[in-house]
Amino acid sequence: MATTVGREEVERLEETWHEAPGLKTFLTTVDHKKIGTRYLVTSFAFFLAAGVEALAMRTQLARPEAGAIGPDLYNKLFSMHGITMIFLFVTPMLNGFGNYLVPLQIGSRDMAFPRLNAFSYWVFLGSGLFLYSSLLVGYAPNDGWFNYTPLSEKAYTEGLNIDYYNLGLLFLTISSTAGAINFIVTIFKLRAPGMSLNRIPLFCWGILAQSFSLVLALPALSAANIFLELERRFGFHFFDRPRGGDPLLWQHLFWIFGHPDVYIIFLPAVGIVSAIVPVFSRRPIVGYPWMALATMTTAFIGFGVWVHHMFATGLPQITMTFYAAASLIIVIPSGVQIFGWLATMLTGRPVIRSPFLYVLGFIVVFVVGGVTGVMFAAIPFDQQVTDTFFVVAHFHYVLFGGAVFPIFAAIHFWFPKVTGRMLDERLAQVSFWFFFVGFNLTFFPMHVLGLYGMPRRVYTYQPGLGWDFYNLLATIGAFTLALGILGTIVNVVRSRTRGEIAGDDPWGANTLEWSTSSPPPDFNFASIPVVRSADPNWDFEDRVEDGLRLERRELTLSEGHETIGSSWLDGDIEEVHESPSESPWPLVLAACLAVLFALLLTGHWVMAAIACGVCLLAWAGWHLKEPGE
Amino acid sequence: MGLLAGAVVLAGCGEEQSTLLPESDATHSIDAMWWVLLIGSTIVVAVVTLLVLATLLRRRGSLDEVERGGGGTTFALVSGAAIPAVVLVALFAYVLSSLDATAQPKGRRDLNIEVIGKQWWWEVRYLDHDIVTANEIHIPVGVPVRVVAGTADVIHSFWVPRLNRKIDMIPGRRNAILLQADRKGAYRGQCAEFCGLQHANMAFYVIAEPAQRWQRWAARERRPAAAGGRGERVFASAGCSGCHTIQGTAADGRVGPDLTHVASRRTLAAATIANDRRRLAEFIRDPQHVKPGNKMPALGLQGRRLDALVDYLESLR
Repeated sequence: MATTVGREEVERLEETWHEAPGLKTFLTTVDHKKIGTRYLVTSFAFFLAAGVEALAMRTQLARPEAGAIGPDLYNKLFSMHGITMIFLFVTPMLNGFGNYLVPLQIGSRDMAFPRLNAFSYWVFLGSGLFLYSSLLVGYAPNDGWFNYTPLSEKAYTEGLNIDYYNLGLLFLTISSTAGAINFIVTIFKLRAPGMSLNRIPLFCWGILAQSFSLVLALPALSAANIFLELERRFGFHFFDRPRGGDPLLWQHLFWIFGHPDVYIIFLPAVGIVSAIVPVFSRRPIVGYPWMALATMTTAFIGFGVWVHHMFATGLPQITMTFYAAASLIIVIPSGVQIFGWLATMLTGRPVIRSPFLYVLGFIVVFVVGGVTGVMFAAIPFDQQVTDTFFVVAHFHYVLFGGAVFPIFAAIHFWFPKVTGRMLDERLAQVSFWFFFVGFNLTFFPMHVLGLYGMPRRVYTYQPGLGWDFYNLLATIGAFTLALGILGTIVNVVRSRTRGEIAGDDPWGANTLEWSTSSPPPDFNFASIPVVRSADPNWDFEDRVEDGLRLERRELTLSEGHETIGSSWLDGDIEEVHESPSESPWPLVLAACLAVLFALLLTGHWVMAAIACGVCLLAWAGWHLKEPGE
Repeated sequence: MGLLAGAVVLAGCGEEQSTLLPESDATHSIDAMWWVLLIGSTIVVAVVTLLVLATLLRRRGSLDEVERGGGGTTFALVSGAAIPAVVLVALFAYVLSSLDATAQPKGRRDLNIEVIGKQWWWEVRYLDHDIVTANEIHIPVGVPVRVVAGTADVIHSFWVPRLNRKIDMIPGRRNAILLQADRKGAYRGQCAEFCGLQHANMAFYVIAEPAQRWQRWAARERRPAAAGGRGERVFASAGCSGCHTIQGTAADGRVGPDLTHVASRRTLAAATIANDRRRLAEFIRDPQHVKPGNKMPALGLQGRRLDALVDYLESLR
């Protein structure tokens, strides 16, 4: 079909955007698809680590007074499990999908700041390895992911455990903040012509809401980390009571970050669900503007509910009622979304495939987590079951149900786009049922355990309290769930090379990533697509028009590393945006930062100051040479 | 959810720490709230699950076709926003009306106790009587007792699920809670805020007994320990007295529990083990094996010295 003109144009783009394979490219690439894939693979590896930690804990808790794991190791395991799942798996995994998909979904050729993007990944990898190195030297964080003071102060946790925690999270925050800013600018400024604010794919809305929340919530966590580190290293008094500090300050700072973080995890996952539901319901999503609005509203209200984590600390009633009210209000945007999906499915013509199965499973388990979430706004009930296994059950329904189910849906949905091949559908469906049954078998009995009075974060328990049976069930469930995950891994590894060829658009989907080849070319789109609706890949004439435009050399931007810069509201073309190409500086700067944090950890202050200087030099080097020079 | 309801109904009598076996005004109120929440939740989950099942059964589309347009927005907004809004407002009103049931008591009551959380045991001080004990709180049946909850080190949380909600013990704060038992019995409590290595083995018992029996108990507790001969000397010479108090002797350590009437307690090491001769000897010989990480060192006591010490401690009723 393509004529000579079109083919020449494509060849020129290939030449401009091609990165020679090899070690050099591996270390210097700024291609959002390669970086996205790296995020996905790296964070999945951390997921497996957290999974092994969970299985170890479940083995210890399978029966009362078991001796498989002692208290010291158990405390490290549950701390690292939480830190890993929250910081090193779910958030970066969703960022991986964001990295890969956002530019494709908005019709761009890369992120707004490709080198910053590469930098974000290297820092994420560095901070993840930094945190995990603590296990090797025997000083893994051991006071939980919530790390309450004064237990985490030097007087009670003497070793480097908590220094690893503080510095590791500060290190990681650099990556998360840079990534979030990158997403915000990309989504606002690099959209295809015609993609006005009310036509942005809902997955991108999820990423946008997540990014704003990250930028606003992370400073509270960083402040807490810095305060505690100053207290531990230099005797400051932010949290220690006898000297005028207050341990509740830590709790406030931590949860001002911590509760929005639930939505930081959940909102992009909701975006994944909103991307998949219309495709397998064979109709556009119901109430698109309401869905987008609900996403942003949730992120906003999410900043006003943190105190419901502290209802047992003895705060005044009037304070608690305010936060209880906010915790109830936040149900409404989630309700709109759930019934938006249900309405879409019920008025559409559903087709059941593995990604959709994970989404259906998500809806059921998320609603269970949602209703138990409402219970925590009922102050006396919260005060009764908080810090018990009821909470563990609740937040696994919300976070594993609300984020990991969608992540698995996303793996099945976008695998063909990323690899060009289909997953084995039968194995996928069998794995799903292990996953779904295993999940419920693991976490549902924990509701009962909590009601029976079993506290969280215990490495052992006594027989005769009615807890034995439900603990054993949960352990059996955990291994069943692990089988489901194993099945998915086998499927991915096998199908990557042996799966059926997928073609550009195996699902007949509605967003722009499906309008280009699978896997997409280095430049994503030969001619930047022009958009007229929120379901652009279902505007078949428009997509034909993209091909014709290529023949006319319109919007091909083949002069250099170029993409479209557009107006943030209407998506009108404003400029041709020059995109930087590969560079070693992001890696160099990230490596310098890793050295800096290692020196801070070991208390080499002079060396650390020098490393700071080296970081500045690396940063200057980054800006010395601009693209094309 | 149905499963949960089933499991909850099955709650037997062995669960001395279950929130579902309330024995006070406060926990009856929480328990009633739980059933309201459970019924409401079950309805929501059932409706959504049925709609999802309806989708599963309606599989009749094809990936080659797509239908643009189509309504559904009103349904989504009514079911997802309007109905929940009404329900949530009602729930909020209910929550506000029940706050007093678990509120912190203001001012003194007839009986006032201070409980101090320590890594990893509970010091119990009767503020109106000259009684100091550990890991076991005796209260008269039916009397609302005010418990002031404090800490000597990190944050702990005082929780007796059958008698009241939990209250955190935070450095620099004096939180309080009412403890009241409708019937006599032993109610197990446990620390509910992660507090380090032995958080799992930081439990205690509340013993609710008829007023007269409680009076007898209190009178006995106020008495100093009887003289103990050789065992008492071992206690002083082996180093025990550096950490433990036995009233009526020179032992006045404050690191570990007051042992003046240790033999009258049901458990040892914060309800980690039963209080009998064999386990007591085992604990003294190798405390780190019984409760790894706790602050009690092995003092190398063996043979006759250990026997004498155990004899002495067993006599402290």
